[in-house]
Amino acid sequence: MGIEEYVGKTPLMPALDWVVNWGRKYSIWPVTFGLACCALEMMAAAAATWDISRFGSEVFRPSPRQADLMIVAGTLTKKMAPMVKRIYDQMPEPKWVIAYGACACSGGVFKTYSVVQGVDQILPVDIYVPGCPPRPEGLLAALVELQKKIGKESLLDRKDVRSTLELK
Amino acid sequence: MVDSNLALKKLKEKFPGSVLDVKTFRGEVTVTVSKKAIVEICQFLHSDPELQFHLLTDLCGVDHFQKSPRFEVVYHLCSVKNNQRLRVKAGVGETESILTVSSLWKVANWYEREAYDLLGINFENHPDLRRILLWDGYEGYPLRKDYPVEGPDFDKPFIPEA
Repeated sequence: MGIEEYVGKTPLMPALDWVVNWGRKYSIWPVTFGLACCALEMMAAAAATWDISRFGSEVFRPSPRQADLMIVAGTLTKKMAPMVKRIYDQMPEPKWVIAYGACACSGGVFKTYSVVQGVDQILPVDIYVPGCPPRPEGLLAALVELQKKIGKESLLDRKDVRSTLELK
Repeated sequence: MVDSNLALKKLKEKFPGSVLDVKTFRGEVTVTVSKKAIVEICQFLHSDPELQFHLLTDLCGVDHFQKSPRFEVVYHLCSVKNNQRLRVKAGVGETESILTVSSLWKVANWYEREAYDLLGINFENHPDLRRILLWDGYEGYPLRKDYPVEGPDFDKPFIPEA
């Protein structure tokens, strides 16, 4: 079904990958979503001084159905975790996750009963940005790293990932 | 200060057997009362025309672990009319419960739910005593001194309910 069934057979695959990845990596739309103080740094990164739109990510989508990237910015509590998981599940493939800040990476200073010790317990994280909070430059650096990562992806790989996810 | 405090004077006159202890620190008056009379005392402080403690600024629980009674419920009252504040405390044992004051101050409803949520203090006759901060299905009372800070399931991977 769809383009994935035919792409493995064509010798033009690397060229197709290059074109698709080029489109994807320069239009990563993040979902408008913040949990704690790191979200303010994320907003600063979107504002004029740092200007995330230089990297093609200025369109913070209010709906997860239109977004490609989830920036988990802030402390993820166990009470909030089901909602975050749900928002992530509502995002269409392909999708990526940046864990932004110490709390999102590992729970940070909150080694407590109420905080998830790193969002990688519930989401597949692509880029970790440590710091408490990280500077907006950190987010921009993560975005550039993510673009490099997307540039190395292949449609075939993504298909594998998808089918294993569905088998689960 | 203690002698000049009108609320304290009136309380001692009206409830001589229920006022257990009085402390003053930096002009703040704290009255420890018996938990059996807590509703009557609060009713009196609330409705007495000279006092009119119409504002419950805070209600919280305290865990005095390994002491008896184990818990303490603290009421921070404010009289807007007199510009006066009063702190009322009542001890509650681990297996005991205390009567609710949510019929006098509406705000006590959520404060008592918070004390129940985090310390497990039971408030009798409360209209809706369930957890307010932690999620449904949580077990244990995390602000108790014998509760591990990391929680009982810290080493296990966290799986959110879908």
